[in-house]
Parts: sequence; C-alpha cells; structure tokens
Amino acid sequence: MTVTLGHYLTLGAILFALSVIGIFLNRKNLIVLLMAIELMLLAVNLNFVAFSHYLPVVADRMAGQVFVFFILTVAAAESAIGLAILVVMFRNRATINVDELDDLQG
Amino acid sequence: MATADALFYAFSLVLLFAAFRVITARTPVNAALYLVLAFFSAACVWMLLRAEFLAIALVLVYVGAVMVLFLFVVMMLDINTDELRNSFWQHFPLAALIGVVIALEMAAVLLGGFSLGEAPAASSAEVELGNTKLLGIEMYTNYLYPLQIAAVLLLVAIIAAIALTLRERKESKAMDPGDQVRVKKADRVRLVRLQPTVEAAPPPTSGEAQT
Repeated sequence: MTVTLGHYLTLGAILFALSVIGIFLNRKNLIVLLMAIELMLLAVNLNFVAFSHYLPVVADRMAGQVFVFFILTVAAAESAIGLAILVVMFRNRATINVDELDDLQG
Repeated sequence: MATADALFYAFSLVLLFAAFRVITARTPVNAALYLVLAFFSAACVWMLLRAEFLAIALVLVYVGAVMVLFLFVVMMLDINTDELRNSFWQHFPLAALIGVVIALEMAAVLLGGFSLGEAPAASSAEVELGNTKLLGIEMYTNYLYPLQIAAVLLLVAIIAAIALTLRERKESKAMDPGDQVRVKKADRVRLVRLQPTVEAAPPPTSGEAQT
C-alpha cells in the first residue's frame, strides 16, 4: 500500500488520539499530563510538515515548515514554564496529584 | 518508492508504540525515556518528508534540551507514583472508546480525502540550495518579524522560569545595592571631638599606693 498524504495525516490523528487517552488515564500525574501535551503538539507538527511536503505550489512550500519552527519555540517555552510551575508547586505542597490541588474550589 | 513506504510503516509503528508506552508507563522516568524514542521516530518520519532541518532540530532541541529538562524535574522531585496510579485503569474503557472513535473518524476522513499519492517533485531551488538554506532564506526574509517575536517569547520564558523557581537563601549575605546607595554619612561615621592635648592624671601619692 503506497504511502499517501492521508497516511501521514492518519499517523498524526492516531498520535493525537493516543495523547487524549493519555490525558484521561494520567489525570492525577501532572508530569505525564505535560508529556501528553508534548505528544499532541508533535502530532500537529507532523500534519504541518506533511501538508507542506505535498503542497503543489512550490513557492509556498516552506511556509508550513516555518510554522513548525514557531510551534516548536512555543512548545519549548510552554514546557519550561510548566515544569517551573510544577517544581514550585511541589515545593509548596509536596505533591503533584491533581486531585489535591483544589485550593480554589469554593 | 517501496523502500520509503516500508520505512514509513516501520517508523510509524515505533512512534505509536512509544507514544502508547508514554501514556501507560509505570514511572515518569520510563515515560520520559519513551517520549525520547517517540520524538526520535517522529524525526525519522520528518526525514522521509524531506524536512531535514526540522528533523535535526527536533532531535537537538527536544531530545537534547526539553526531555533532559523533563528528566531533571522527574528525578529532582520525590514523587510517590503508587498513589498517583490509584484507579489508573478506572476510566480506561471510556478513554479508549473516545480515542478509537477519534482515530477512526479522522482516519476515514483523511485517508479518503487526502489520497495524494505522489508528492510534487522537488523544485529546482530545493535541489540547488537544500532544505536548510531554503528555510533560512524564508525565515530571515518573509518571517523576520515573527522570528523576533519568537525570540522575545523565549526570553520571557527564561525570565519567567527563573523568577518562578528562584529561592532566596536565608543565610545569604548578598547586599542590596539600593540600600548601599542610600546610605548616609551619619550611618557609617561618628565624629568624636577630641582635645588635642589631654592633661595627664595626677600621679597617685606614694603613701596611698603602698596601703
């Protein structure tokens, strides 16, 4: 079965679905939640790269890859700040269990 | 073409297996290591799509920096994973159902709607300059302003991460420069008026000294 654009997009979709399942399963463990978000962004990036590869307009083909570059930047910043918040939270509460983080609950 | 197809299926299998292990790993360290594998196979898939620079950047930036950051945090925190894995499989049937439905729906739409078999041939610029140079030209001409914003975003992220985790040490002897600048002469120097000559005390009489 020869590989088409649809195969790459399907790979991205399955990856995305797997990370959604991961968020359901690891709803208590904040670190694995962050990792599942990274996987989601990877799936999105895969779509961008695949679309840019199959784009018929040659002049615009690099735009998708440039966008992936920016998504990578934002994802790196997001994980850095997320982990910093995680460290501060663990220092204050000695737990990363999402169930116990209900201070704002009325 | 058959070789590229076989490679695509092999890398996809490794990628999906690694992703599955990330979300079901017993400890966060295992999850982080499987995430490294997932990123690595994703980089291989991007290579097949002729995005060489992004593939290498994914390995260098993600495997080299972000995942090491994850491992640092995981190993720095003393997490009780058993407690976090209580009722781990409780919502699995619902989650699996939703995930399978998402994947099947998207696969049906995408495989039917985007069956572009042959990628358009590489343009002459791509053959001549290569992916990296082309990306660089594009980024530093048409996307220069967004690139600057991305750089500022990274700076903000650095400052935010450091400001969040910075902890003032109690035994620190660091000086506050503001206090040092504001100090007055009177806080530091006390002038004492001394007589230039002081009369010597009269010597004690010899009789008193002996008693």
